[in-house]
Amino acid sequence: MKTYLTSKFLVERDPERCIQCQVCVNQCTFDVHYYDTEDDEVRSREENCVGCHRCVAFCPTQALTFKKNPLDYRENYNWRPDVIEDILKQAETGGMLLTGMGNDKGYRIYWDHLVLNASQVTNPSIDPLREPMELTTYLGRKPDRVELDRESFNLKTELAPQVKLEVPVMFAAMSYGAVSLNVHESLARAATETGTLWNTGEGGLHSKLHQYGNNTIVQVASGRFGVHPEYLDVARVVEIKIGQGAKPGIGGHLPGEKVSAEVSMTRMIPQGTDALSPAPQHDIYSIEDLAQLVYALKEAINYTKPVAVKIAAVHNSAAIASGMVRAGADIIVLDGLRGATGAAPKVIRDNVGIPIEMALASVDSRLRQEGIRNQASIVISGGIRSSGDVAKAIALGADAVYIGTAALVALGCAVCQQCHTGKCAWGICTTDLALTKRVNPDIGARRLANLLRGWSLELKDILGGMGINALESLRGNRLHLRGVGLTDTELEILGVRMAGN
Amino acid sequence: MAKRAANSVVKIDAGGVLYRELNARLRDVASNGVQRIELQNVYGQRYIGTDLGKPVEIEVFGTPGNGLGAFMDGPRIIVHGNAQDGSGNTMNEGEIIVHGHAGDITGLSARGGKIFVRDDAGYRAGIHMKEYQDKKPVLVIGGTAQDFLGEYMAGGILILLGLNLNAGEYHTANFIGTGMHGGVIYLRGSVEGYQLGKEVDVATLEDKDYQILQKFVGEFASHFGYDAVGILKHKFVKLFPRWLRPYGRLYAY
Repeated sequence: MKTYLTSKFLVERDPERCIQCQVCVNQCTFDVHYYDTEDDEVRSREENCVGCHRCVAFCPTQALTFKKNPLDYRENYNWRPDVIEDILKQAETGGMLLTGMGNDKGYRIYWDHLVLNASQVTNPSIDPLREPMELTTYLGRKPDRVELDRESFNLKTELAPQVKLEVPVMFAAMSYGAVSLNVHESLARAATETGTLWNTGEGGLHSKLHQYGNNTIVQVASGRFGVHPEYLDVARVVEIKIGQGAKPGIGGHLPGEKVSAEVSMTRMIPQGTDALSPAPQHDIYSIEDLAQLVYALKEAINYTKPVAVKIAAVHNSAAIASGMVRAGADIIVLDGLRGATGAAPKVIRDNVGIPIEMALASVDSRLRQEGIRNQASIVISGGIRSSGDVAKAIALGADAVYIGTAALVALGCAVCQQCHTGKCAWGICTTDLALTKRVNPDIGARRLANLLRGWSLELKDILGGMGINALESLRGNRLHLRGVGLTDTELEILGVRMAGN
Repeated sequence: MAKRAANSVVKIDAGGVLYRELNARLRDVASNGVQRIELQNVYGQRYIGTDLGKPVEIEVFGTPGNGLGAFMDGPRIIVHGNAQDGSGNTMNEGEIIVHGHAGDITGLSARGGKIFVRDDAGYRAGIHMKEYQDKKPVLVIGGTAQDFLGEYMAGGILILLGLNLNAGEYHTANFIGTGMHGGVIYLRGSVEGYQLGKEVDVATLEDKDYQILQKFVGEFASHFGYDAVGILKHKFVKLFPRWLRPYGRLYAY
């Protein structure tokens, strides 16, 4: 029996414009374009096209475009084409379906149902072009109260380690092995230039990047890959990864073919073996156990830097977060339903976890109710697309956000969701050395820094419009938000009023 | 609290001292170039030896707490008593010698160094140990161990001797080597097929295996005053991963 999977796209090559230069043949990593020597013509196998735009971007004569394939199944709201094709693929192979990137299903995006406030008449707005505006953010445990020396006015209270961010936007954990070294270098350099942090993910830190340690968050996850004293020493923050929004409760398998010589060196495992990250950390079966690892790491770094704990946003996030704070986490990281990945089982990515907006609002409220909100900073990730989302997240209670997909888009990613194939035509999510060269760290770092500069300017404009001059005044200030098109229950959980109210 | 002895052994009375204070003290003493430290009256203080980063020798009298030598890089810890859970967690280099039992997840994710346990170990001993080039962790357990011994093992050497088993008694651990995809387990005595994870296979030992055993069982015997030759006379089986990629066939594409 033949399984026929519909081509997603139809490739259109304008014969008037095409000069048979074969740039598309060389650029495509999915074997769409090929050169037919007999006919002296470039042709395409469009069934392979994933819609990544690489060929279109590089075609010197703009001869290429592609369109959605109109070939459809009989209209059916329940048995949609993707549902049918998933079954066909599984009937053929007997395997789990893998995918990349974040959840692409139509779950409600609450950011799009929240609107921000601005000052009109009764209080003045501020012009950020001419008045100082502050986005500075400090991550880390804050004291319950502060005491000043009455004579010198110096702080008497001993502060826990704090990390200063110039922009409340950090680069999310993406491991070396999933993404390339050039991507890591681009992120590290942009973070250093912008005064923010980037995150190694759990694949270790290449020694070439130790120089950016002061802007680096290193991850300690269940695989403990590349975790050794120097790794912990060079970092600014150590993050324990419990879960990830794209695959809550699931471990990771970096397939052996991605474990190249360099990846092997950084992860400290033999070349070509699978890098298996178990689903749980086997030293953490409870909050008490989490406390044990948090303090083991604090001992290992002699209490000189904050320890973060990252979880996927799930049903009981609020209670879990309370436990995390009590376990000694200085920063808690929540990764929501739309958080992305280099590879995850599709059924997990698309069905497990809760929207980050709900998780954030409920965690922030819970920690406030318990009087422990000051003891940890909250960082969220999973689907932050713009400075508007950042502002709304801060107003809902986040101290800072992580961006992953947005950062990769800045490097060329077209969100074609083929990360798990290792064939990324943009050279981002691959360890193939011929492809990784497609990301130039000089250009990558500049583009990422540009993105953060643009978002900073926009954030200042948003703040100025509200009549406030420091991000700190927006943090957790839900009165600056209103809901549009939300139910009473949704408004209650988000802790915001309906627009007009 | 501490006296600098003439032979540069520093003695610390750990009785009633909180772990953070005790470890700060150890950091302090070790950074002063002291080679040997004796900890008396240890009552469950955690993370002893964690952030010392040099080959100092620490003798522990009493019961050290969880995470003994976690993330450790260099020290040699000798415990005169039992160790609790998580000894040698993600250890990079150094040695832990336990004159007694050790708890669960002993040697979890160790990437180097050696751990010798005279008696039994708890659940999931040696879980996810890994190796890279010359970095190869070794865990030798003199007695027996609980379930999931060597689970997810990705490298290193795990030796289970069963010296405290009487004639006719066997190792009772199940799920040995579940998910194993690297390294090797040597088990003295016999083991039934149902006790093994499905990713492991059994082999008879070759000369090079005996060389490994001679080295590490020899070290074990000298730590605890056993006769290595006598131990090695007994039958051993070797457990090894069937595949480097046990989960390569899970996915459709």
